[in-house]
Parts: sequence; structure tokens; C-alpha cells
Amino acid sequence: MARRTPDREYVAPVQKLRVRYAKRGRLRFASHRDFQRALERALRRAGVPMAYSAGFSPHPKISYANAAPTGSASEAEYLEIGVAARLDPDKVAQALDRALPPGLDVLEVVEAGPGSLTDRLAASEWLIRLPQQEPSGAAAAVAVLLASTEATVQRRTKSGLRTFDVRPAVVRLAVEADAGGDDGPCAILRVVVRHTVPVVRPDDVLSALDVVAGLTPPVAPRVTRLAQGPLDEDTGTVADPLAADRLRGGDADGA
Amino acid sequence: MPVESVFPRLELLLPQVQKPVQYVGGELNAVTKDWDACDVRWALMYPDAYEVGVPNQGVQILYEVLNEQPGVLAERTYSVWPDLEALMREHDVPQFTVDGHRPVGAFDVLGVSFATELGYTNLLTALDLARIPLDAVDRDASHPVVLAGGHAAFNPEPIADFVDAAVLGDGEQVVLEVTRLLRGWKQEGMPGGREGLLLLLARSGSVYVPQFYDVDYLPDGRIQRVAPNRPGVPWRVHKHTVMDLDAWPYPKQPLVPLAESVHERASVEIFRGCTRGCRFCQAGMITRPVRERSITGIGEMVEQSLQATGFEEVGLLSLSSADHSEIGEVAKGLADRYEGTNTSLSLPSTRVDAFNIDLANELTRNGRRSGLTFAPEGGSERIRKVINKMVTEEDLVRTVAAAYGSGWRQVKLYFMCGLPTETDDDVLQIARLAREVIRTGREVSGRRDIRCTVSVGGFVPKPHTPFQWTAQLDHEGTDRRLAQLRDALRADKDYAKAIGFRYHDGKPGIVEGLLSRGDRRVGRVIRAVWADGGRFDGWSEHFSYDRWMQAAETGLAGEPVDVDWYTTRERDYAEVLPWDHLDSGLDRDWLWEDWQDALTGVEVEDCRWTPCFDCGVCPEMDTHIEIGPTGRSLLPVTVVNSGAEALRA
Repeated sequence: MARRTPDREYVAPVQKLRVRYAKRGRLRFASHRDFQRALERALRRAGVPMAYSAGFSPHPKISYANAAPTGSASEAEYLEIGVAARLDPDKVAQALDRALPPGLDVLEVVEAGPGSLTDRLAASEWLIRLPQQEPSGAAAAVAVLLASTEATVQRRTKSGLRTFDVRPAVVRLAVEADAGGDDGPCAILRVVVRHTVPVVRPDDVLSALDVVAGLTPPVAPRVTRLAQGPLDEDTGTVADPLAADRLRGGDADGA
Repeated sequence: MPVESVFPRLELLLPQVQKPVQYVGGELNAVTKDWDACDVRWALMYPDAYEVGVPNQGVQILYEVLNEQPGVLAERTYSVWPDLEALMREHDVPQFTVDGHRPVGAFDVLGVSFATELGYTNLLTALDLARIPLDAVDRDASHPVVLAGGHAAFNPEPIADFVDAAVLGDGEQVVLEVTRLLRGWKQEGMPGGREGLLLLLARSGSVYVPQFYDVDYLPDGRIQRVAPNRPGVPWRVHKHTVMDLDAWPYPKQPLVPLAESVHERASVEIFRGCTRGCRFCQAGMITRPVRERSITGIGEMVEQSLQATGFEEVGLLSLSSADHSEIGEVAKGLADRYEGTNTSLSLPSTRVDAFNIDLANELTRNGRRSGLTFAPEGGSERIRKVINKMVTEEDLVRTVAAAYGSGWRQVKLYFMCGLPTETDDDVLQIARLAREVIRTGREVSGRRDIRCTVSVGGFVPKPHTPFQWTAQLDHEGTDRRLAQLRDALRADKDYAKAIGFRYHDGKPGIVEGLLSRGDRRVGRVIRAVWADGGRFDGWSEHFSYDRWMQAAETGLAGEPVDVDWYTTRERDYAEVLPWDHLDSGLDRDWLWEDWQDALTGVEVEDCRWTPCFDCGVCPEMDTHIEIGPTGRSLLPVTVVNSGAEALRA
């Protein structure tokens, strides 16, 4: 053998599937890389016939979008896969969910319609629980931030310390009624952020509350992404990014 | 007594530590059983970081064997990194299992698997975090039995103060025996308290309980004798041997971690034991005799592992995998079966002969072809006779050239430095050999882009081997020889770029040597190192030679012994060795004769294909060689990815 042969042959995608999944409970501590490995193994276990990229070292066709940071839970993570056969999205959803560990849960699979999925993911809605934080204090800080025109924070990223303004990305921010519990008070923030560059994460919003109003949560906050999708600028709400695909899929089934 | 999960408190700390996923458990195929529905509860520890510990086969096997038992649960715990350790101390969170996040102190047994002695300080961290007294004699009936296993447990004397018990050899059956004894003791109302339980274990003959043995020393520091101090406790404790591997097809459901680990593959053990007789190799000596898994057993386990995990690679494990009596059929059968499925098969340890190249070609038919590794171990023909690594230079050069000739571009060669009788010239021969390999490889392949990497490890004499009596080379000597070798490899410009060189300095080897052949007095050194902050000694960024030497000064003060005494001193036949009362089955006189043969360069054949040479194991342990060929072949099975049909629209 004169040279190394490619590990796999190029397999063209015949169908694209969009997957919504959740990262829950203790598995919210999985990093995006951890999730990628788990997903690739789960696809193999589930027997999903993947399409592979061309090139010397072909990879299964998977596109990830806007992964939630390590430590954040999410009900609204999205990815797209290219498969080598026409598959039933519901069956793929079931098989893939079974193959992933509990806590990485597949919520929905739809056949991709026209348009880019990442373009539709324009904003996120997050729920931030601040255990042992008096809601009144949080509400006061939120009021200060909303009244500010700018809130500059710093975050250490792979490319070094970055300084950026959080305020323009914050579309909506409110303190929800305290559910109250045995463990003392708990403030709950609901925030909608526009996806900007660099992306403003929940911890950046908390840093902004600290910068403008000196709010420092007593213990580590618990963060969950509730939704991701197109942003309605008028109402400040986040819509379902798969709605368009689902509509099309429904038509196809009906035909 | 209800046991609460520490997770609610732990999760508040996790956002502040590196790679938090390693502490959360929830791996595919992990098991968490109902605490109150079980009456015997094991915590199994691998005393290193999660990424190193989670693929460990020993722990995975025992985890599954125990959890299959009704009324028995087993959970896993690993060493926490110093960042989390500091937070756990600050917030009073105890050492926990990653399965149920239960406090380790609440279990009946803490079983610790020591693949290497460098995990000893991590044991102390775990005990301390678990609020288990460091000294076995300070524990009461509320504390777990701290039970050591793994290869290092064949000389547990340096940790004798810290462990309650140790078991030698294969764990599958003895964990069930310990479970049975423990259950009986609990059901009878814990007669005799903790000492009653330990006596029960010691008298069973299956378990070594160090505190029931007294060690007396001679004025010069050597051991005078080791004797039981309780009636009914045996003078010697024997190792355990599983004879029928096909009856123990574990792990059936290998763990698939979310975190990245050192081995991203499933592993199937194709045989246990090795009788090649390499004199430096403790694993080969203490795991005799050879017991093969059958070709059909291997085929079933490979398929089961792939189905259960989704891994892309299966390693066919053993101490010398190409020696399986039906390895050719295994390799071809598996390669045929997984043709077109992107599944790689690997043989982690390969022998130096041409047959291996065919085997490697076959195994990589469906997957990645990276590099081949060979272990000639010694640079000169003379030193290879001393260590009984029977490979001639001609064999080696021809084999490696054949690898280059069949398309492999990268070959790794493993050697050791500091072997008994070794001279500077023996080590310098490695450079000549490497050049010869490249020269022939270029000729055969007609290419100049072939490479070989020379990897050199320092030799550490180990208990229960013919080299247990030898003097270890001091670290200055090791470093000097390695520097000479490096210069020699660089000297010839025509080859220097084609030959990579990897080595470690000699200092960690001296500490490993101290711990490997140490006695109970070394426990004080381990304790002093740990108290001074010593952690993760197997990691160069955490290891501190100076800390160990300072701790040895204080720990061994007033004793007629020091680090050199334990490491660079040759022992004689009559000296009582710290592990002489622990029976690996090897006849001490045979080991001594083999040591003498080493000094005169006399080789020993493999007893699988030549007559028995009386190492003593089979008669002593009532075991026998268990090998094929069976003449059976791999059945074609429906392979992974066939599930695609069920998903079609």
C-alpha cells in the first residue's frame, strides 16, 4: 500500500434533520465537546445512517448552533444532521433519545426546510435562579440596568480577556415572583438576549447587574435556557425556530 | 440509616472547578441502586483523576459483578483535583461516589485498585476527605473496610498502616467472597465489632489483614521475620486466580463517560496472564498461568461492547495479545464482520515478529492506521538475554522494515534504561538499532518520510520478579545514560530527523522504586509527603522529588535505612523481603535461579510451547494453562448500524 487510504468514503446527505434537545440536571455540567462525543456515539448506537463529509478525514455531517455554556441547563439546544437515507424524524427522535444518557434528552426532530437554522436562532430566553437572594434586591438592580444605556463587563475567553457592552443585547429582563421555599429566599430572573458578537451569556448579564448595581449572588446561580429562535422585536418574545420546518413536514406527510 | 446525596452541596461548587463533568457521573451504562434495598455496599476507587480511572477495566468489571448481585450495590469514586479538594474542605463536602453522590464513609467497603504505587498519596486524600481515620487501627465499626487490590497490592506493606486489608490477584470471585463474609457478619449482629470482621476476613485465607502480622527488624534494618499475631491467621496469604474467562464475560455494559478519558474505546480482554518470562515484568510474573478467552467468547464480547457503547474502536487487551492461540482467526473474523462499519480494532501490545504486521494490517482494514508499537526493551542483544526478551536484532530490523514496507509510516520502539548489568554501551546500542531500522525501512519502502520514535522508560525493580533482588540504577546514572543516548541519536544528521526520542528523567523512578520494594516503615514517608501537600504523584506537574526526599529524611530518621537502602541496594538470597509472606505462586527458589540465569544471560522459553520450567505457580495455586486452539470460528452476527432499517421513512 503506497499511501494511507481515507478512513471513510464520502457519503452525500440525502436528507437533513433538525434536532431540538435538552441538557438537564447534572448533565448540564457537560461541556460542548463532551456533548459532541456523546452525540456521535449515540448516533452510532441508534444506527442512524450518517452522511460523511468529503476529504481525507471525513466526518459525520453534524452542525451545532449556539451551545449553552458548561454548567447551564437548557430546554432549547439545536443541531442539524445530514443522513444518508430518508428517515422518519419521529423514529430518529425516539432512537436517539434512547441512545443518549438520561439528562441529554431529544425533544423533537424535524426534516429541514429551506433556510438556515442558525439564522433563525436570533435570540435566547434564559431563566436565572439566584438561591438565597432577596427578590427585592434583585428587582432594584434590574431596574438600574434597564435604566442604563450601557453596561460594560469583562469575561475571560479562549482569546483572552474581552470587554464588551451587555446592555444592547438585553431585550427584556424581569424578576419573577418568588416561589419561596424551605431554603430561604430565591430571586428568579427571566431575560431575553439578542445573539450578538460576542454572544451575551447569562453570566454576563449577572456581571452587568454587579457592575451597574453591585448585585452579587450569595451562591452559584442556576441557569436554564428556555427558548432559542427568531426574535419578535415588538413583544420581545422568542419564537419556535422549527415552526417553519414542521409546517413543511406536515404538508409532505399529508401529500 | 438514611444516606443523603451530597450532590445539592457539590453542585454549588462545580461552576468553580475545571472539567466539572468528571464529578457528576450519569455515564451511559452506570448503575445507581436503591441504598436501603441493599445490605452490602461497596465504594470502588481508582486513586487517580477520573479521566484515567474511568476506563480502568478492573474497576468496571468489579462494579458490574457486584451490582449484578441482589442486595449488593457498588458505586465508583475517583481522586478529586486540588481545586475541588480545596472547595470540599472549605464547604465541608466529603469524598463522594459519582454514581449516587453518597459519602464514601457510609459504605461497608472502600475497595481501592492500585495499578501503580504512585496512587498512594491519593488514597490518603480520599480517606481524609471521607473522614475515615488515616490509620486503620483508629477506625471503628462505623467506618468502611479499606481494601486494596490491583498489581501494587502484591506488596501493600508501604500502605499497611492505612489499609485494613488487601487482596492479591483476580478480583471477580474474591469480591463475592468478601461480600458473603460481610453479609454474614452483619446478619449475626456484627460479632466482635470491627476486629471481628477483620479476623473473619483474615482467617478465610482470602484476604491479607496487615494489622494481624507483626514485622520484626534486625539491627541493620533488614526484616527479621513477619508473623501473624492472632490465632487462626495464616502465615501466608495466597493470590486469587479466575480459571475460566468465558464464565466471566465482563464488562458486559462498559461505561461510556461524557468526559474525555485516556482510552476512548471499548476493551475486551482476550487472555489473562503471560509466560513469556520477561524478567523485569511484574504483570507477567504475578498473573500466571495464561488463561485464554475462547474465540467465540471474544466475538460475543466485541459485538456486545460495540452495541452497548457506540465506541468506534475495540482494543483486544492482554499482556501480549498476538500470543492468543487463535489470534489470526480472531483478527480476520472480526475484520470481516465489521467490514464497512468504520470500526477499528487494536492490539495494544505487540510482539516483535513478522506475523504481527499481517495481524496489524488485518485489524486496521476497517479503520484508522496510525502507528505500530514494538517493545524490544533492551538495546543490545546481550541485555535482551539478561531480561529474557527473546528477540534478535535481525528479527527486529526485518519486522520493522516489513511494517514500513506494508505502508506504515510511524513505528514506536520501547526500551528500558537501568536494567541489571547494563552498561553505557547497552543503552548506546539503542541509537544504532534505531538508525538500522530507518536505513532498512527506507530501502524497503523506497521512501524517506518514514519515522520511528524511541521511547525509553527507567527500569524499576518490582516484587515477585527475578529482579526483586537487584540494585536499581540511581537517577544520576539514568540521566547520564539518557543524555548520552540523546547525543548519539542526534549525531548522525542523515537519521536525526527521522528518529524521535521520548524519555523521562530518573527521579520519579527512584520514588516508584522506594514504594515498590518498600516495607511498613515507608508508610511514614508517604504520610509526610501527603501532609506536605503531595498529590497526584503520577503527574509530572504535581510530582515533587525534593518533597519525597525531605519526607524520607524525617520519616526514616532514627532508622538504619534510607532511600538508597530501599532502591540502589542489591539484596541477597537470605534476606527476608517485605512481601515474602504474600504468595503469588512463584517459587522463591525458582525466582532466585532465574535471577542467577539473568546474570549469566541464560534464557528461558515460554511454557505454553515448551515443557514446564517449574516456576511453581500451577502446583501452588492448583491452576493450569488454559489455551486453545478451540478450532471454532467466529459466527457472523448482525452488526451495529443495521438499526438504520427501522428508522426509514
